[in-house]
Amino acid sequence: MARIDVRKTYKLYIGGAFPRSESGHSYEVTDAGGKFVANASLASRKDARDAVVAARKAFGGWSGRTAYNRAQIVYRIAEVMEDRRPQFVTAVRQAEGLTAARAERVVDAAIDRLVWYAGWADKLTQVVGNANPVAGPYFNLSTPEPTGVVAVLAPQESSLLGLVSVVAPVIVTGNTAVVVSSYERPLPAVNFAEVLATSDVPGGVVNILTGAAPTIGPWLASHMDVNAIDLAGVAGDAALATDLEVAAADNLKRVRRAPAAEPDWNAEPPLTAMTDFVEIKTVWHPIGV
Amino acid sequence: MTATVNSRLPGELADATSSDASLRRFLHGLPGVDQVGAEARAARLGTRSIKTTAKAYAIDLAIRMVDLTTLEGQDTPGKVRSLASKAMRPDPTDPDCPATAAVCVYPDLVGVAKETLGDSGVQIAAVATAFPSGRAARDIKLADTADAVEAGADEIDMVIDRGAFLTGRYLQVFEEIVAVKEACARPDGTSAHLKVIFETGELQTYDNVRRASWLAMLAGADFIKTSTGKVQPAATLPVTLVMLEAVRDWREATGQMVGVKPAGGIRTTKDAIKYLVMVNEIAGPDWLDPTWFRFGASSLLNDLLLQRTKMLTGRYSGPDYVTVD
Repeated sequence: MARIDVRKTYKLYIGGAFPRSESGHSYEVTDAGGKFVANASLASRKDARDAVVAARKAFGGWSGRTAYNRAQIVYRIAEVMEDRRPQFVTAVRQAEGLTAARAERVVDAAIDRLVWYAGWADKLTQVVGNANPVAGPYFNLSTPEPTGVVAVLAPQESSLLGLVSVVAPVIVTGNTAVVVSSYERPLPAVNFAEVLATSDVPGGVVNILTGAAPTIGPWLASHMDVNAIDLAGVAGDAALATDLEVAAADNLKRVRRAPAAEPDWNAEPPLTAMTDFVEIKTVWHPIGV
Repeated sequence: MTATVNSRLPGELADATSSDASLRRFLHGLPGVDQVGAEARAARLGTRSIKTTAKAYAIDLAIRMVDLTTLEGQDTPGKVRSLASKAMRPDPTDPDCPATAAVCVYPDLVGVAKETLGDSGVQIAAVATAFPSGRAARDIKLADTADAVEAGADEIDMVIDRGAFLTGRYLQVFEEIVAVKEACARPDGTSAHLKVIFETGELQTYDNVRRASWLAMLAGADFIKTSTGKVQPAATLPVTLVMLEAVRDWREATGQMVGVKPAGGIRTTKDAIKYLVMVNEIAGPDWLDPTWFRFGASSLLNDLLLQRTKMLTGRYSGPDYVTVD
């Protein structure tokens, strides 16, 4: 007897829970060949608003953790992903139309990328921080501090490696993130959310919305409680990217500008992937007290 | 004492307060509350969609209904001053933003609030009668009340003796409310408004909430208020629904209007709008006015301001743009 299909409608990931879109809307997700795979929630501006509230709530706790502990947790994400490799390989194959071998390489690269960033958590301060020599009896210390709530428009093409490459550097330094996944290829992001939910990442640190960057992006860009925005997901759409930059200027958000075309995510990331979303704090402290 | 109260009531209600037995008979003769029905109705009214201009109106109305409250042991004159300033100009960047209805403080801080508020029109409410437990001798409660009125309070929020109420000593509760009402009188013949707090979280049943509502109205309350904010659960939609039904029925019986004030646990604009919908549907549009409906809240005002800014600017605002109370 034929089994009845288990038809899936994936949900959003906000504040550590998996709610449906507030709008009640969902959309059909197809594989690279155009065949129906599953339904995904279509996030609305109100979901974005809720996600920002969740991210803001999580920020104090997450940024207050020791860098060492954040490293442990990001490494834990990689561990759990490793356990669920086959699922990710299938998702990436469906989404990006890759061969099995190439999809496996993508998943490997994504997991390795997490491990790589986990290592940076307690080392970035040594690299970009400094004990500045000053003309007086003071210690003068510059250290990187997280910027705050970062909106991330994830890459449209690279649904897993690209996603991990923009999310990991944001959270590893202590920021919290509101992520809008690839519109056409959201399912690896949904699987990634399920991994986050089971890998010691506090709820709200990463919030993943499946939906269209052009509809949600402007609300995040103009949101006064978002401190920075990464426009990777609107690569190639110069007009939209400009609009978002203008909206983001209102509260002086940090903006990582959209590239002209999506980069090759296999390349080792530059340090700016992390330092774009940190603030340098300098403190003076008298010597000998 | 009861004679003055009774003179303004129709015969059958006046008779109800003549003795402990008749009061009990009257209160227990009130129809019971259908618990499931009340909760379902409150939940259904909460699903109404209020958008655009109606929402903008509701937000401004809700701001005008807020009793901006600080009732902490750690309250200082400085905090009360800043709260009073905020009550007068909730959004300093927008002169069109209405003031709140009142600030609500402990009696010893009424003077401080008065200095700041002056004749701005924002009322001063003081909690009295051994708030929040109400566990003190009656003369102490009355002195507490008279003290607050003398210091300049426009409104007195009293708590009922829940112990007496739950034991069934209704006449004692009744007489206490009447006595506090008298203590609200000022030398010039006017009187501070009296709000009677039931602490519905301690009353156990909706039937008790209905009885307490009628009891307080019989005793001359100007407002009936759900909770102190110190006990969970505080204000809920079904409890407020029962109280709104009581004031509606009271007007039908006597022609007098009594106000309702839910307090505690109302933190978001969405919650506040649900209450406003319920006021309109249960009591009627006459109650959609700060004279007859108030929110006892502290953090609600910030959320109302954020939503108001969102409506005006078209972009989401954040907690960095409102005061930390």
